Amino acid sequence: MSAPAKPADLVTVNIDGKDIAVPKGTNVIEAARLLNVDVPHYCYHPKLSIVGNCRMCLIEMGMPAVDPATKAPVMDPATGKQKINWIPRPQIGCGTNVSPGLHVKTTSPMVKDAREGVMEFLLINHPLDCPICDQAGECKLQEQSTGYGRGYSRFIEQKNVKPKRTQLGPRVTLDDERCILCSRCIRFSKEVAKDDVLGFIDRGSYSTLTCYPGKQLANNYSLNTVDICPVGALTSTDFRFKMRVWFLKQTNSIDTESSVGANTVVWSREGAIYRITPRRNDEVNDTWIADSGRELFKAVKASDRLTAIKVNGNESSLEIAVNAALHFCKDGGVAVVGSGRSSVEEQFLTRKLAESLKASAHLVSRVAKGDGLLVSADRNPNVRGALVTGLISALPSQQLGGLAAEVDAGKIKTIISVGEDLAEAGLTPAQLAKISVIYLGTHANATSAAAKVVIPTLTMFEKSGSLVNQQFRLQKFAKAVPGPQGATDDLVVLAQLANIAAADLASVWKLLAAEVPALATTTHPSIPEIGLLLDATPYAALPFVEGETLHYKPAAKASAA
Amino acid sequence: MAAPEQRRIIFAHINEPGYSNDISCYVRHGGYEVLKKAVTRKPEELIEEVKKSGLRGRGGAGFPCGVKWGLVDRKSGKPIYLIVNADESEPGTFKDRYIMHQDPHQLIEGTMISCFANNVKQAYIYIRGEMPHGARILEKAIAEARAAGFVGQNILGTGYSCEIYVHRGAGAYICGEETGLIESLEGKRANPRIKPPYFPAVLGLYQCPTIVNNVETLCHVKYIVEHGGEAFTKLGTPNNTGTRIFCVSGHVQRPGYYEFEAGKITLGQLLNEVCGGPLPGRKFKAVIPGGSSAKILRFGETFTLKNKDGSTRTLAVEDIPMDFDTLAACGTMGGSGGVIVMDDTVNMVEALANINAFYSHESCGQCTPCREGSLWMKKITTRMVHGNARTEDAALLKSVADQIPGRTICAFGEACSWPTQSFLAKFGDEFKGYAEAKPTKPAPATPLI
Repeated sequence: MSAPAKPADLVTVNIDGKDIAVPKGTNVIEAARLLNVDVPHYCYHPKLSIVGNCRMCLIEMGMPAVDPATKAPVMDPATGKQKINWIPRPQIGCGTNVSPGLHVKTTSPMVKDAREGVMEFLLINHPLDCPICDQAGECKLQEQSTGYGRGYSRFIEQKNVKPKRTQLGPRVTLDDERCILCSRCIRFSKEVAKDDVLGFIDRGSYSTLTCYPGKQLANNYSLNTVDICPVGALTSTDFRFKMRVWFLKQTNSIDTESSVGANTVVWSREGAIYRITPRRNDEVNDTWIADSGRELFKAVKASDRLTAIKVNGNESSLEIAVNAALHFCKDGGVAVVGSGRSSVEEQFLTRKLAESLKASAHLVSRVAKGDGLLVSADRNPNVRGALVTGLISALPSQQLGGLAAEVDAGKIKTIISVGEDLAEAGLTPAQLAKISVIYLGTHANATSAAAKVVIPTLTMFEKSGSLVNQQFRLQKFAKAVPGPQGATDDLVVLAQLANIAAADLASVWKLLAAEVPALATTTHPSIPEIGLLLDATPYAALPFVEGETLHYKPAAKASAA
Repeated sequence: MAAPEQRRIIFAHINEPGYSNDISCYVRHGGYEVLKKAVTRKPEELIEEVKKSGLRGRGGAGFPCGVKWGLVDRKSGKPIYLIVNADESEPGTFKDRYIMHQDPHQLIEGTMISCFANNVKQAYIYIRGEMPHGARILEKAIAEARAAGFVGQNILGTGYSCEIYVHRGAGAYICGEETGLIESLEGKRANPRIKPPYFPAVLGLYQCPTIVNNVETLCHVKYIVEHGGEAFTKLGTPNNTGTRIFCVSGHVQRPGYYEFEAGKITLGQLLNEVCGGPLPGRKFKAVIPGGSSAKILRFGETFTLKNKDGSTRTLAVEDIPMDFDTLAACGTMGGSGGVIVMDDTVNMVEALANINAFYSHESCGQCTPCREGSLWMKKITTRMVHGNARTEDAALLKSVADQIPGRTICAFGEACSWPTQSFLAKFGDEFKGYAEAKPTKPAPATPLI
């Protein structure tokens, strides 16, 4: 799907009368998708192994007829075209890869009959209670039953009874009666999360999904099973019964818990966020995100959110606060502590601010163990953005040791912190008390408590911007909900402090294009949804901390060796 | 016409007074002589003999054994495995168990010859979980054969080594489906695999080329290698070579095991003459000729079949020769050779309820049509026999059954739907009338399971 295939690697197939050339190894479902032909399915998932058990993708297939002896094509006198030998039984689209000349019918009576049969079978033991089911609105079974369901039931027997509310783990609740036994969750746990804890017990229609004895579905990727569950069997314990999905607005966003930059969708309604789900990006996160990244939105409504501009502890206006802040800076000895969590645009304005105040610029790094999948060792989502925008030129260290020494030496009298907790970064209360701290941030902490000037800003769900992930992929995120009263957009605050006019995305990008060669031809709206790879070669010598994750291999240490 | 004599190849010595399953007894009767000769020949020659013999698999599908061996991927560089499918689970079939109990060394010899022919270094006998006694007998027999140099390292001093392991099955019918068996042998749930790509001959056990053969089939290989493929084709009829073991059960005077040349005996001769006909005062009503999944035949129906020259011939049920092809032409199958006989005391709704109970219990649960369809059919027939039958149930049953076959990963879809389809086709009136007839319940049908 990434690089365009060479003609030699293409195979021409005919789907519903239309020829299409698709890469070798494509299965019929994906080939049909390229023609906008939908082949309904439940168990098939493009990122998991193929088991072919739901039988929903049964389609009619045939190959051009050739004379067994001469290998010459057999022509059909009626049409003048080569005769097609149709296989008398329907075949599964997921398990059949394209071969040259393959003919497929997805709308023939045989296919329709097969789909209707499978739909009826799936529904006989399935609770028909969509009005109270949490999956309604995003349920594949519900969708397909409008196309292939009967509208009435011929089933008068007792339905099977299975457990209704099994806690598979801390975040996932299972309703076994709704389960259609597609095994996607089992395959995900085994193949992607590498935590083989799910399986079926019992046989036939009594098969029941459960955890192995003594095991829990507790890994940091467990909620992906909820996403890929085609029905309402696996539900998020946090989200279930909170909101109907069709009421929710979807906003494209990025997971900021690490430098992987997994693509996400933020689901919100009336200013409140209800859940975060993954957004497919085959170059970054496939269709997965970590559970930890789904909880980030909880910070938006946290009780320690800063909502009042304060100067020396008294509520104030933005204008007064900015003037007060600049007053603390007028005698020099200023340091600006930027953030690897800020957006590219904010980091650029942070750089401009440092320049205008002739201040030194710093960054705090956050390093923890990577999980090898979608949480990398660098827990800042945008250290590379700080490099690209020129805020920093070397990788940051975890503690602001040099800055602390300068405070002790009396060289630094004022620190402007853009969202970073200086106490956490190694400055002692005594050091903080010795200087004037100006804090721009979202949540209360030791730094905001010690600050002379506090200006509340927005979380990443309340503003738009862009980030550069570990692959040097520039990715954008959009505002999902409005910020709380009292909080100001970081760009506005930074622009006022730096005394420049550019205080919105469009004007910041004009400056970025002019001053950052790597972004010369880019604008925020023009960043593709799958991101834009920037040239990483200028930074090849830097010792980045990330280990291998999905779709990312650290540059070989060959240069160092 | 009088029934032909039994032609006992596999049962040559079984049931002889004094014949035991000891290796000494087997060797006294000429045992392992074929293996001794076989290991001095070229493996390709042995495969050629089996191809020439036209031997068809005795597990149920009747797939030619030589063709199966020919499909094995010998260029992959991976080891080739041979699995003896001894998971005999089809209701009405009990021949393999008898062979293993009475003459285990015959199976071991046939297996070792087949292993040698196919360059197999490791073979497994996957024996049905419910046959613990058979497993013990096989373990003992393999130990004896190993001690005698017929199994294990450096067999008969030729440098060829091959080990046989007995693996007890997981207690499910589906473990007998060859890819389900392979999964089970790997220690997983016996969920049959999708084909393509997982053809055992290429990607079988541990993703290596694998041969899966039935117990009776491998015993035939021993005969074929001993007497030549040519000699085997002289037995039976063209395309149905060799002998077949029929396991006759149900309402006949003398149920049991009978070995005949394939196609040389008719169903009527088998039931009336060999098995002594119906019980006193009763009449045959129906017969399932190849294990419970085969389609049922109704006594009194006739079949018009095409001859090779284009003419037609009409056969009554009693006239059907017991071979793969004619039974298939009559809409059923020779299957595993389990002949289940029902007389006029049997209520067909109750009989089907019994069969449906079996198949719904044995569906692995992977594929939607089989998983849901088999249980639905069982629920309908169970409800019917419990006094809540409706006239429309007959049509519903047929419609449900029609939605299953040909749409599943393995042949279980056919196995669970063919009984319902054929019972409805042959005895539809009995199903339609079941609600009104309120049958005066004769003796309940003899349970099939």
